[in-house]
Amino acid sequence: MKFGVVVFPGSNCDHDCYYVLNDVMKVKTDYIWHKQDEISGYDCIVLPGGFSYGDYLRTGAIARFSPVMKSLIEYAEKGGLVIGICNGFQILLESGLLPGAMLRNESLSFVCRDVRLNVENSRVPFTSCCKKGEILEIPVAHGEGNYYADEKTIKMLEDGGRVVFRYCGRDGKASKEANPNGSINDIAGICNEKGNVLGMMPHPERCSEKILGSADGKKIFNSIISHLTR
Amino acid sequence: MPISDKTQIAEPEVNEKLVLEHNITPEEYKHIKEILGRKPNFTELGIFSVMWSEHCSYKNSRPVLKLFPVDGPSVLVKAGEENAGVVDIGDGWAVSFKVESHNHPSAIEPFQGAATGVGGIIRDIFTMGARPIASLNSLRFGKLANARVKHLLKGVIGGIAHYGNCIGIPTVGGEIYFDETYEANPLVNAFCLGIIRHKDIARGCAKGEGNPVFYVGAATGRDGLGGASFASRELTDESHEDRPAVQVGDPFMEKLLLEACLELLKTGYVVGIQDMGAAGLTCSTCETASRGGSGIEIELSKVPKRETGMIPYEIMLSESQERMLVIAEKGKEKEVKKIFEKWDLHAVEIGHVTGDGIMRVRNNGRIVVEIPARKIAEDSPVYIREEKRPEYLKEAAELDEEKLEEPGDCNDVLARLLDDPTISSKKWVYEQYDHMVMTNTVLRPGSDAAVLRVKPAGKYLALSSDCNSTYCYLDPYTGGRIAVAESARNVICSGAKPLAVTDCLNFGNPMKPEIFWQFKKCVEGLADACRSFNTPVTGGNVSFYNENPRGPIDPTPVVCMVGLFESEKHITGSRFMNEGDLVYLIGGNRVEIGGSQYLKNIFGMKKGKCPILDIEEEKAVQSLCYESIKKGLIRSAHDCSEGGLAVALSECCIMPGGEFMGACVDLTQVYPGDSSKASVLFGESQSRIIVTIAPENAGKFDSFAGSSGTGVHRIGTVKGKKLVIKFNGDDLINSEIDRMAEKYFGSIGAKLKL
Repeated sequence: MKFGVVVFPGSNCDHDCYYVLNDVMKVKTDYIWHKQDEISGYDCIVLPGGFSYGDYLRTGAIARFSPVMKSLIEYAEKGGLVIGICNGFQILLESGLLPGAMLRNESLSFVCRDVRLNVENSRVPFTSCCKKGEILEIPVAHGEGNYYADEKTIKMLEDGGRVVFRYCGRDGKASKEANPNGSINDIAGICNEKGNVLGMMPHPERCSEKILGSADGKKIFNSIISHLTR
Repeated sequence: MPISDKTQIAEPEVNEKLVLEHNITPEEYKHIKEILGRKPNFTELGIFSVMWSEHCSYKNSRPVLKLFPVDGPSVLVKAGEENAGVVDIGDGWAVSFKVESHNHPSAIEPFQGAATGVGGIIRDIFTMGARPIASLNSLRFGKLANARVKHLLKGVIGGIAHYGNCIGIPTVGGEIYFDETYEANPLVNAFCLGIIRHKDIARGCAKGEGNPVFYVGAATGRDGLGGASFASRELTDESHEDRPAVQVGDPFMEKLLLEACLELLKTGYVVGIQDMGAAGLTCSTCETASRGGSGIEIELSKVPKRETGMIPYEIMLSESQERMLVIAEKGKEKEVKKIFEKWDLHAVEIGHVTGDGIMRVRNNGRIVVEIPARKIAEDSPVYIREEKRPEYLKEAAELDEEKLEEPGDCNDVLARLLDDPTISSKKWVYEQYDHMVMTNTVLRPGSDAAVLRVKPAGKYLALSSDCNSTYCYLDPYTGGRIAVAESARNVICSGAKPLAVTDCLNFGNPMKPEIFWQFKKCVEGLADACRSFNTPVTGGNVSFYNENPRGPIDPTPVVCMVGLFESEKHITGSRFMNEGDLVYLIGGNRVEIGGSQYLKNIFGMKKGKCPILDIEEEKAVQSLCYESIKKGLIRSAHDCSEGGLAVALSECCIMPGGEFMGACVDLTQVYPGDSSKASVLFGESQSRIIVTIAPENAGKFDSFAGSSGTGVHRIGTVKGKKLVIKFNGDDLINSEIDRMAEKYFGSIGAKLKL
């Protein structure tokens, strides 16, 4: 089993994702330089957080033109697993692998804190070890995580069970207070129709060890690994 | 439309007026002529003016800075030797860290001023070959009721967040004080720490005749020249009139530069490396040559520029951000270029190392600068300024405590102090900083000290920054000592051992004898305390001329201390953890109220005696706390500072990171019966730590504390949802912790909305 972490110029959670996969989860992991266009041989590709290309123009807008993205789209279309975290989610939106767009946070400020997520879909590879309705505590850190899509798209996502994570309170209920960025329907993460591409704003790699306060993020990496070993 | 090279204006004649405009005294000018054996030309004059400025040469502060202890068994690179000091943390690993001010740029343009401050200090760290892993910020603003202050606060925080978040280095802590002394002159002191293996420490040194000199990173523009410098007005056409005086930062560019430089350093082809910070190309070339005992020659036509028509003076003095100078091994030019190409960055060979000790600058072949490198870098003037004890001290010390009205309801006073932005939670600020990226942040902002792990080394560090400028205003010497003692106390409370210090000395105009006296006394205090704690000073920065129309700022010598954990098991938080744990107060039973936040907030007074600091007592308190943590007896430890015991206990109840926990404590046995309520609750006596102990460990702790001879009182128990503080049979405080938390966490956000 082999994971790949794509490194764009300006990625800054690439080392963190690599560390969790390679050192905590103990799975073979490579960095994939964004100018590389050959990405066969990987079982899951991670688009990490950060500020690819300084997030100039729009978050993720320039990264989607990196050579690696063409291969990544083909890889995803063939059913390869792709998880985009934070900036990675933004790149997935810009590249059309996931629908919708990101707006600036409602507060207009960057926000870095722990949030709670309700796992609304535990049938995708990324949540296969979670229970539906399980609450995960995972930090967010972003300035543009205010997910938006038109009514039709949202209906399609909701009806298709493609909202994988929703911001929620202690009781598991979605609420405005629990939502750090004002995203529509308190959406924190969505997947594509086939369920092999996930985009999420929170950072599971930041909470995969007890010493960091929560190890809930490990459940997501465990899910991917156990799906791949099945 | 591009400006053609024809707009370049001829260089002005160097005359008396021009010399004065460059802030060069007649004696200094005479010295320059002696060094050169002739009159300097315009470019050379500019070079001397920046290199001999206080910022680069420390000409007014150097004799005083010599008071600092700079040696220690763990010091690998000493203060002043390189861009930042380096300290051993064991097993072949080291840390490099430094704090630097960006006060004046932040006063003019808070967002970019603060952002470039962060960018500059990060470059200082990776120049050493270290990977930066954490930032702190020590900030000072005027009172938050002022609209301009709100603008400055939002701008500075936004700028720090913008730069730090984008480059992906966590901002893990720091401090913010609000006081009218900083009204038009905010302080922005940025600290960065990086990790490095001993064998990989890089040097800012140009050696080896013929070795190529590379310019890497962003292109050079006229930024940083404007503002104070007359040059931009006289020398450029009107299109430059709107040019901002403050440099503009590009954290994305710096991220690329950081990765490329660290990748390059790994190859072993680098002879020397230095960032282009203050005085840009000038400082980096003459300093590296001077350190290497060499000369250096560069050709300006090869320097990447983002503007046309730049004259040598401008190119040499530009402070454009995100640039570095790299001296590589001859024959490895291709390899160097390849790495920078990978990161889409400029790497241009602009010159070479020479053997004649001369800094020689050519423009299209013509020599425009020829100065002995060592003379500019090392031979700057040194002044011992006049000092005088300020008059205000006598009046400020006068405080008739008997006449102070005692608080009616102490709960109201406590609520007011928890709502005071200097004391209240800085959540509004640190939630805008990415404080978790790199996944090393073990204790997050809001704790006594930030605690970090150093993944590859398997080590843990504590970082704290401190300075109470009111104490320094009332008694600069004691205030300086307290800044170090408190920083050490914070590090100890987290379970680490103080290792070393960097400081940022913010003062008014040193030409005023009173200011110079404050400066000297503060440094004496810092130096004495650093000696007592065995924490050498590994570098830092002096920022003078911090004044507003009403006068100088209060002396603000900010201390940033780095501590090292012996074991992960010693990491200790400051919040109450378990219902039923016993609350102890280690140290301190003095009755003091002078210089307190209570006096400032309730009576609008900056008066009285600065709290006493008995260094032996302080060390005993810290030692008992530290040894007890190592024995596994302590569940939580919190230092007692601004707002006194009442605020410290409140913070233990509502510190983020878990459930809020109340407590019931009784201070009757600690303080004499006739003590005023205000001094018991809100006095800021030093050398006090609140710890909690699990009931099953109480016996062990009691006997250990007893054998240590340090004053310890068991004052209460963690319980319920209220904080109750009793004294002489009265409930002085009886407050719901949820209500306290509302005030504490909401204060700054609410005040910004007003």
